[in-house]
Amino acid sequence: METYKLRVNGEAKEVTVDPGTPLLWVLREDLKMTGTKYGCGIAACGACTVHLGGVATRSCVVPVSLVGDRPIVTIEGIGEDPVGRAVQKAWVSEDVVQCGYCQSGQIMSAVALLKSAPKPTESNIEESMGGNLCRCATYVRIREAIKIAAQQMS
Amino acid sequence: MAAATQIANDLHLSRRGFLRVSATAAGGLLVSLYLDLPLAAQEGAATKAKVYPPDAFVHIKPDGKIIIQVNRLEFGQGVQTSLPMILADEMDADWSQVVAELAPAADVYRDPVYGIQMVGGSGSIAHSFQQYRELGARTRAMLVAAAAQKWNVAPEQCRTESSVVHGPGGQSAKYAELADAASHLPVPETVTLKTAAEFRLIGKGTRRLDSSPKCDGSMKFGLDLDLPGMKIAVVARPPVFGASPKSFDDKAARSVPGVVDVFEIPVGGKGRGVAVIADKFWTAKQARDRLRIDWDFSGVERADSSQLREKYKTLAETPGNVAVARGDDKAIDGVSASNRILAEYEFPYLAHTPMEPLNTTIRFDGDHAEVWAGSQFQTFDGAAIAQVLGLKPEQVTFHTEMAGGGFGRRAVPDSHVQREAAAIAKHFTGTPVKLVWPREDDVRGGYYRPMHAHRVEIGIGADGMPVAWRHVVVGQSIMAGTPFAAFTVKDGVDETAVEGIIDTHYDLPNFHLSAHHPAVNVPVLWFRSVGHTHTAFVMETLIDELAVRANADPIAYRRKLLKPDAKKLHRALDLMEQKSASWRAKLPAGHAVGIACHESFETGVACAVDVSIENNRPKIHRVTVAVDAGIAVNPLTIESQFQGGVSFGVSQLMAKGAITLKDGYVEQSNFDTYTPPYIMDAPTAVDVHIVPSSEKPSGCGEPPVPVISPAVANALSRLTGKRYRNLPLVEV
Repeated sequence: METYKLRVNGEAKEVTVDPGTPLLWVLREDLKMTGTKYGCGIAACGACTVHLGGVATRSCVVPVSLVGDRPIVTIEGIGEDPVGRAVQKAWVSEDVVQCGYCQSGQIMSAVALLKSAPKPTESNIEESMGGNLCRCATYVRIREAIKIAAQQMS
Repeated sequence: MAAATQIANDLHLSRRGFLRVSATAAGGLLVSLYLDLPLAAQEGAATKAKVYPPDAFVHIKPDGKIIIQVNRLEFGQGVQTSLPMILADEMDADWSQVVAELAPAADVYRDPVYGIQMVGGSGSIAHSFQQYRELGARTRAMLVAAAAQKWNVAPEQCRTESSVVHGPGGQSAKYAELADAASHLPVPETVTLKTAAEFRLIGKGTRRLDSSPKCDGSMKFGLDLDLPGMKIAVVARPPVFGASPKSFDDKAARSVPGVVDVFEIPVGGKGRGVAVIADKFWTAKQARDRLRIDWDFSGVERADSSQLREKYKTLAETPGNVAVARGDDKAIDGVSASNRILAEYEFPYLAHTPMEPLNTTIRFDGDHAEVWAGSQFQTFDGAAIAQVLGLKPEQVTFHTEMAGGGFGRRAVPDSHVQREAAAIAKHFTGTPVKLVWPREDDVRGGYYRPMHAHRVEIGIGADGMPVAWRHVVVGQSIMAGTPFAAFTVKDGVDETAVEGIIDTHYDLPNFHLSAHHPAVNVPVLWFRSVGHTHTAFVMETLIDELAVRANADPIAYRRKLLKPDAKKLHRALDLMEQKSASWRAKLPAGHAVGIACHESFETGVACAVDVSIENNRPKIHRVTVAVDAGIAVNPLTIESQFQGGVSFGVSQLMAKGAITLKDGYVEQSNFDTYTPPYIMDAPTAVDVHIVPSSEKPSGCGEPPVPVISPAVANALSRLTGKRYRNLPLVEV
């Protein structure tokens, strides 16, 4: 067991856990922040996507010991960010969600996309969102919502 | 589960069940549905304080909020919005004040057709439309009666709008103000429902009520449940279905800090596994992976996909149990070889893999258990838990949790997940335990859409139309051995294996359909759209092949072959043809159109797809889909179900879209080896068109799925000249 100081959504947190524990499970079980989801545990579905040091990251494969001093932003905090807010708003206005389980990860990936490409092309979208699985397959509306968020940002 | 509409009529919720109203301690009105109890029990019940829920459908609170109970699981299909819409419309409720809640398990929330509390067979709106309308209309009538009494006017002189009753003299009263008075009035025996022209919500595209919490991380799914003192359980299940541990060494597992206990439990339909209980999921999973188990495989059949393929192919060469024998089944022998098609198809096992891994939480207190589960099958699952824990069903409180997808996987007749959870909870009196199936367990855990083979011989007449059709289906029965078998297995044919063929709307003369249902040691289950997943692929690729051979337009050919009374399919086909005409007329080079139409769950669907080949895979640029589902309660949800559903249907085309077994072991384990469609695999655009209708609503959850894979295969055939008969689509 080791103690780690983390910065999550701007707040200082401290956890004492096994160093190999993935960040996902530290968030969900130690910090009780369950908005970040477990879908596969092998970085194949993107449900666990968070921003680590500003980069969209699959938290299920990042041991907490490797987080270091990089700030963590999760779905619970992304609404504080103007891009995050625009994406969440577009997701609601386009009625994107069905079961909704993957959407935390979809939104975190979409925010990262719009931060790097404010006017994304279809291929930008497919590249950035290409690792986020949605079993309800809400992909058509995800594309639309990203475009609407981009319009509203510009 | 088309045939499931007949299920369990003996359990049918009595139409004599009646409504009762009551006041709540905090004020407000409860409208509850009571079952047909003996009169004395009713009288007794009237004097008791009401517990809210489990018997109320509507609760008008003093602050004007209207809480509506949803009598089935929400797992993406949108009932948490569309069922309240129906009730709120008849009630003339202010939609902005409506709050939807998932009802717990209780008799009053049973599906009015199936007689058990469940979601399946695309029955949510189809079965509860009338029920929710009547509930809304009765509630409104009582509020109007209370207002009329207050103003000393006739109820007929009052009108309602947006949670307000207006009187003839300009009086007005909010529903919340009338709720207490209404709660002392009798429930009207009969009410007049609105005409379609009077609907204010039904038919109007309405955004989901559950979007915001699903976009900001605040929605709690079953897996997110956190209770004081809760433990997490993960189970090592046998690597071959039905095996059991000979012995196991748990020393390393127990040495992981946080592990609470390790013990053997029964798993699945048979066999045993080893449960590891810890304070956290990660701890439990790490410890499970350190178990050393010596498995006993004696007497356990080791299923093997390649052997099964050979076996099924051979079986298909002889007729099975006869489902339909119409006309002369020897007619095909009179057709010359050049005018015959012989087609052999293969379909693999498919795993549902809903995004939220399977889980169930139980707290067992000795004489009572509390359960939290995203269940499609509350009645069965609650009873199974009660049985394992030695309780009566009424000693189990069952909370329906929001579920992250399901596609059939959360409706399992043997309730194996809940039985495992109960077997574990039994060891921990007073401590809640959450059983979690990691993704690998889900992919390898069975309960798949069965593997199938089809063999079809078609004789073609001089006009290019079929003159004889001989069809053999081979696959495990999903219904055999379940409580549903009595209604769905007839003369040795599981109707769910042949649905979509047995009831085809094409006019096929000299038609012979039969089925073999071999027993295989792989647990199987319905999967979104059930038999139609494979039967629509076979039917619609063959019809397309016939159209190509006849040099006919694929839409015109279908229209000609469809029976005139297949009205929903004709309407869907017409609308799809019209809406896709402009893009079909100007396709870029290297693109082709694929057509398919199919009726399932009483909903007619037709689609046109625009496909090219990129990186040796189909690229689906566009889908135009038309649907006749009767009255469209929430067109926005129907659009959403069809946009998502056709993309879900692409699953079985994916190169890694199969579950296979070798020597009894499942060869896939996670999304890297069993890969559903990602954004680039799904259609880029899907435009959905709804046939205007005043007929009763039919299902929309499953009907989108069957059409897409044959439509894409038909487009590919036009590009490559090849016919595609084996799924998944490993090569184009």
